[in-house]
Amino acid sequence: MPQVTYILPDGTETTLEARDGDSVMETAKKNGIKGIVAECGGACSCATCHVFVDEAFAEVVGRPSDLEDDMLDGAACDRRPTSRLSCQIKMCADFDGLRVEIAPKQV
Amino acid sequence: MAERILIVGAGQAGMQIADSLRENGFAGNVTMVGEESVAPYQRPPLSKAYLYGEADEESLQFRNEKFYEDNNIDLILGDAITQIALTGSGGVATTASGKSLAFDKMALTPGSTPRKLDIPGSELDGVLYMRNLADAQGLKSRWSQSKNVVVIGGGFIGLEVAAVAAKAGKCVTVLEGGDRLMARAVCPITSEYFRAAHERRGSRIILNSRIAGFTGANGKVAGVELEDGSVIHADIVMVGIGVLARTEVAIALGLELSNGAILVNEFAETSNPLVVAAGDAVMLPNPTGAEGLVRLESVQNAVDQAKVAAMSLMGKRDAYTALPWFWSDQADIKLQIAGLSTGYDQTVVRGTPDLDSFSVLYYKNGRLLAMDCINSPSDFMAARRCLSAGGTIDAVAAADSSVPLKTLIGA
Repeated sequence: MPQVTYILPDGTETTLEARDGDSVMETAKKNGIKGIVAECGGACSCATCHVFVDEAFAEVVGRPSDLEDDMLDGAACDRRPTSRLSCQIKMCADFDGLRVEIAPKQV
Repeated sequence: MAERILIVGAGQAGMQIADSLRENGFAGNVTMVGEESVAPYQRPPLSKAYLYGEADEESLQFRNEKFYEDNNIDLILGDAITQIALTGSGGVATTASGKSLAFDKMALTPGSTPRKLDIPGSELDGVLYMRNLADAQGLKSRWSQSKNVVVIGGGFIGLEVAAVAAKAGKCVTVLEGGDRLMARAVCPITSEYFRAAHERRGSRIILNSRIAGFTGANGKVAGVELEDGSVIHADIVMVGIGVLARTEVAIALGLELSNGAILVNEFAETSNPLVVAAGDAVMLPNPTGAEGLVRLESVQNAVDQAKVAAMSLMGKRDAYTALPWFWSDQADIKLQIAGLSTGYDQTVVRGTPDLDSFSVLYYKNGRLLAMDCINSPSDFMAARRCLSAGGTIDAVAAADSSVPLKTLIGA
């Protein structure tokens, strides 16, 4: 199972095994990772699962869709070049070792 | 402070109460009882991603087993409360399987149940409803063999299923008894856009339809008969005509109801000081500050009201003032609604409905009340921010879609 590491706003790190096909958001929520709110449960409708993807993975993970891009514009925390909504990143073998920093403000 | 909290109902609101209790440091017992045999899961994808095959039973789960263990949340699944005896300072609930659960305080999060059709043929196999995983599994198991899909009710659920079916190349007819779609939630402009948009995507929409009953063969539905005698061929019928609050336990407890739902105050407290309630089954004071009571059937309400309920259980009352918001994904159309438009006296359209991207702003006495955003997530985020902060947006300026809405937010 691909691994994903979450860097919390306080700097602590947690590494989890993700189920193939589960999103980075779902993996975090199922395991009780704090900081990812995900009010809408993964429908790309609330922008409360904002993460900054580690630059080393930015290319393989890819760019947000237009819709996600617009949602990120309205996120509670200013976006950065590698900002993504973690509900839109589905884990797969290619993303093994992925590191994401959870945006400090989600709501 | 209460030491033992019993949560009755293991849906979105129940889950959030358990989560919030632990997050806020509640150290006592938390027991959650759910009628379904599966751990708490997300319902919204059932009529969308699950049907498309993009989500499965496991991905819908809110939390994994370890989370419940680590947080010492006792899940009792596939069981129901059949009896409750209250004392002055707590009570004991008995479940169908014979468990006896003593509690100091109770949270009621029973959710709702689909309003059922009671017309000739309603009992035929293939007349389906959509509320829980079992319903979705029933629909999915018939999906590939069903070419002709009739949806009864032009609300969110019905239109979501219709959109999935049309995309899968099925022959889809939506029967709506009223004169427009989603009439309870949106204004005629948005309704008309969705009618035309669904027709462009292959669904047939019949408004003002009068259904006489179902026709069937060998116990299975075969068609929907209208009062004019015409029959629409149907391999499956999905009925989405609204929901009823689940109030059985509330009635057994003698709680005050309002309009068929559990009445609570702004602290999610019921008429019994031992009991809070949250979610779809609840009638609450309008959180936007407008007068009157509202029932909000949404994920946002389940979550935000549950957070308020959890605080009340811990003796830290914090009034519910979160802005209501809603979404519905219908094929490639994302509808996001911020605020409650009830009582509006003016609408402003921003953008171009024909291009599948626009917003409708609702005003009352010149102040912004709510917004429908169709494939316009930037507008939605701006609307949420504006309305949450008690702001407004000038109606004339808002009509110019070349100006980002977030730059127009005023006090």
